[in-house]
Amino acid sequence: MSEPRTLFDKIWANHLVDTQEDGTCLIYIDRHLVHEVTSPQAFAGLRAAGRGVRRPDATIAVADHNIPTRPGARTGVIENEESRIQVETLERNVVEFGVPYYPIEDVRQGIVHIIGPEQGMTQPGTTVVCGDSHTSTHGAFGALAFGIGTSEVEHVLATQTLIQRPARNMQVDIEGALPPGCTAKDLILAIIGRIGTAGGTGHVIEYTGQAIRDLSMEGRMTVCNMSIEAGARAGLIAPDDTTFGYLKGRPHAPKGAAWDAAVAVWKRLPSDPGAVYDKVVRIPADEIAPYVTWGTSPQDALPVTANVPDPAEIDDEDRRQAVQRSIDYMGLRAGQPLQEIAIDTVFIGSCTNGRIEDIRAAAAVAQGRRVAGSVRALVVPGSGLVKEQAEEEGLDRILTEAGFEWRDPGCSMCLAMNDDRLAPGERSASTSNRNFEGRQGQGGRTHLVSPAMAAAAAVAGRLTDLRDLD
Amino acid sequence: MRKFETVTSVGAPLPQINIDTDKIIPARFLRTIERSGLGRHLFNDMRFDAEGNEKPDFVLNQAAWRGANILVVGDNFGCGSSREHAPWALADYGVQAILGTDFADIFYNNSFKNGLLPIKLPAEERDKLMEDAQRGENARITVDLENQVITRPDGEQIAFEVDPFRKHCLLNGLDDIGMTMERAASIDSFESRDRIARPWLYAE
Repeated sequence: MSEPRTLFDKIWANHLVDTQEDGTCLIYIDRHLVHEVTSPQAFAGLRAAGRGVRRPDATIAVADHNIPTRPGARTGVIENEESRIQVETLERNVVEFGVPYYPIEDVRQGIVHIIGPEQGMTQPGTTVVCGDSHTSTHGAFGALAFGIGTSEVEHVLATQTLIQRPARNMQVDIEGALPPGCTAKDLILAIIGRIGTAGGTGHVIEYTGQAIRDLSMEGRMTVCNMSIEAGARAGLIAPDDTTFGYLKGRPHAPKGAAWDAAVAVWKRLPSDPGAVYDKVVRIPADEIAPYVTWGTSPQDALPVTANVPDPAEIDDEDRRQAVQRSIDYMGLRAGQPLQEIAIDTVFIGSCTNGRIEDIRAAAAVAQGRRVAGSVRALVVPGSGLVKEQAEEEGLDRILTEAGFEWRDPGCSMCLAMNDDRLAPGERSASTSNRNFEGRQGQGGRTHLVSPAMAAAAAVAGRLTDLRDLD
Repeated sequence: MRKFETVTSVGAPLPQINIDTDKIIPARFLRTIERSGLGRHLFNDMRFDAEGNEKPDFVLNQAAWRGANILVVGDNFGCGSSREHAPWALADYGVQAILGTDFADIFYNNSFKNGLLPIKLPAEERDKLMEDAQRGENARITVDLENQVITRPDGEQIAFEVDPFRKHCLLNGLDDIGMTMERAASIDSFESRDRIARPWLYAE
């Protein structure tokens, strides 16, 4: 009998092209997603070396980071010259190298990590890469998906492979059902709060347990998306009927007899009973609550009912200084109840929380309520198709009647590369993935939350426990 | 890629933990289609105020450390995004080696592609080097990749580990893609097997 293997071990073995004497591996890449920010230098490198793209049929490209989201702005010329040049450069490169591209005017355009799954490009057991750390999103399908730098983007374009060493296996097991009012976002914030922002370094995290199995594909994508915030190389969730149900009928999913053959292969992927993980973390689901971050690292996450930590109570010198620095940057005080923190801006969107279920969750809170007078609240769907579906369901009307702005798709205020950004000192409740200093605009202050908690914050004008809303 | 040669320099101390890639190079400077020229924005918001004036308390703005070729850093340096602009900015500024305990995986990997050597050390060794770095000006540190040794200003030597393949590439300034292209036959044969095993992943 062969050794029991993890899901990661199986995908790795299935993609091994060859192994060097020193243990360096060449692994095959099934799917490559390309966007405008991290690809121009890679295409320039190919051009300089006279190389082409090995598998255009395994590659898709889209512009998302720089795209304006103000209604009507996308059809005009992008005002920022550097942003415009970056998008135009991608448009020239995809033509020159024959890469399939979703142009801005195409309804399928959107954030690369939203449209990959939406189009059925992301499939179980595949290797998926993109010059973007949130490529971990695609792990929700049981795909080994990770972010790479631009040199590796060029390497994959030219060879369809990467030089890698195997990661270690880590299991994060969430037993039991999530309490009411808690979502995938609260779950992943709680996990990162527990294991820390370097807790997964060198590892691929496989999420297991009932709370994970119970999640929809969209919830699973939210969890895997933020694996990188725990330092992990990738996140993985074993494919099951939820996965197959989501994929079936999507444009790039296999059809007919190929579908049956694929499902048979996919069903062999889950980790074998008795498979060994290098590291195991177990968290009971009933410990999860609606979470918010108070500081400038995603690990600075606490239940919304908690208070800002007191540095004086922290023994570790480096950690105490980091907490003090975060408190100062965020303009908070030690011991302050999180629910007292007033906010200026709400951002609902991003590759973490820009899918239809996220918009529905925000609209359910917004229905019959009003955004507080002092708050600017943006809802930015993750793709043109998400936007279209939300409008068919009337969610845009609910949101705009409540005082939210209804935007066009893009990465937007998650990283403020387009013109959606916080002013210095401004404070947001945001459904995105990073609360780093200046992430949403120089001097901006970010509190990470779920879509429902973001909508509740918009209504209350401060961070608030959505379970207490009237 | 430029070959890595032994470097001797003051070490600039950056003891903060979790210095993320947005701190190394904020997203608004990623709107470039070039690899070069990013050094002027390295650590931009730590280094400059909103008007673009140098913040005098930031280490690289102080005479002893300006232009340092070696950084001594806190834990988990380079966490966050996959942007290769971070090592591009570091290399463009002139940084050649980064001495820390652990680094975020993608940043670590990206560094080697750009002639930049990140070195993982036990915390106590890094702490000694941090003290050296904090002494400034005359406390010069040498990083010798060939012999895998760091020499402290007092002459003490600290050995370090590095992946042999990465070392080979750095010392010889080798381009990964060229080397992988030489293994095209292996890739071809993988694809022919895989087309049979998983035909739905290939265009007709």
